[in-house]
Amino acid sequence: MIRPAAIFLALSLSFGIAGAREAAPLAEDPAVEKRLNKLAEEIRCLVCQNESLAGSRADLANDLRREIRGLIKSGKSDKEIIDYLVQRYGDFVLYRPPVKSTTYLLWGGPFLLLVGGGLALILYLRRRGTRVRETPLSEEQHARAARLLEEQGGERP
Amino acid sequence: MGKMRFLLPLAIFLVMAAFLVRGLFLNPREVPSPLIDKPAPAFSLVRLHEPDKTLSREDLKGQVWLLNVWASWCVSCREEHPLLVELARQGLVPIYGLNYKDQREDALGWLQQFGNPYTASVVDRDGRVGIDYGVYGVPETFVVDKNGTIRYKQIGPVTRDALDKKIIPLVKQLQQS
Repeated sequence: MIRPAAIFLALSLSFGIAGAREAAPLAEDPAVEKRLNKLAEEIRCLVCQNESLAGSRADLANDLRREIRGLIKSGKSDKEIIDYLVQRYGDFVLYRPPVKSTTYLLWGGPFLLLVGGGLALILYLRRRGTRVRETPLSEEQHARAARLLEEQGGERP
Repeated sequence: MGKMRFLLPLAIFLVMAAFLVRGLFLNPREVPSPLIDKPAPAFSLVRLHEPDKTLSREDLKGQVWLLNVWASWCVSCREEHPLLVELARQGLVPIYGLNYKDQREDALGWLQQFGNPYTASVVDRDGRVGIDYGVYGVPETFVVDKNGTIRYKQIGPVTRDALDKKIIPLVKQLQQS
């Protein structure tokens, strides 16, 4: 029984150490780190493509964070830093692709689908409206219906 | 109208299926480089074999050259290496190596073991030039023309197919222009 507990303790301790090491750069300059993290959330890591630069532990991500840190310290604006990355790696590094001729469909597609779906729905409802025509009952049918209801003993829903 | 009810969903399904099938055969690792048809980024780096000498982009102007990004720790570099050695032996085009984030001794040992196809290799110790070239997966190979413009980028190992169908024809065409 002691052994699993000891392993767990050792593991949790080792995670603690790893965590402490990772957090170390924060102490350098909190303002720079804050801007870096905000930027890095918007940038895709090219090595592990479904991770942001902020979350990735890939070697290249480390290097890019280092470069971005340097750019921030040299007083570059966020836009200049993003441009620096796009120049080298293309729009693919951006999680929010820019709106331009090649991405119109990407940005507009969902709205096109929405409009198309809406139109289809309206057409469908209109057609159904004409198909299910109201057919008023004749005098005789009314009387028969009333008779039948009475026979049921007034068990109306 | 009656036929359309069945044909329309089928058509939509077929279009979607066609896109998905195409997607299966695309390589998501191959991100188109924005550097194609742009000037090769400047560099001036220490040579691997002669650490007291540097090599810069300007030294290479006026000729078609290949830039191969490699490292001794890179497994797929071994895969493409025999092809590069063979290409170098043909003497068609000079291959320059960018030794990316490597240890000098490891790199020299690696070349001794597998052969050295490079006219010269330069050392990118901290990966800065690699970033300028948009390197994200070693090995990568660039074809640069006489004016210093990047004309082609191979992401991942050079294959026989890429060499015969793309790189060599392109190099020959660029050398003539």
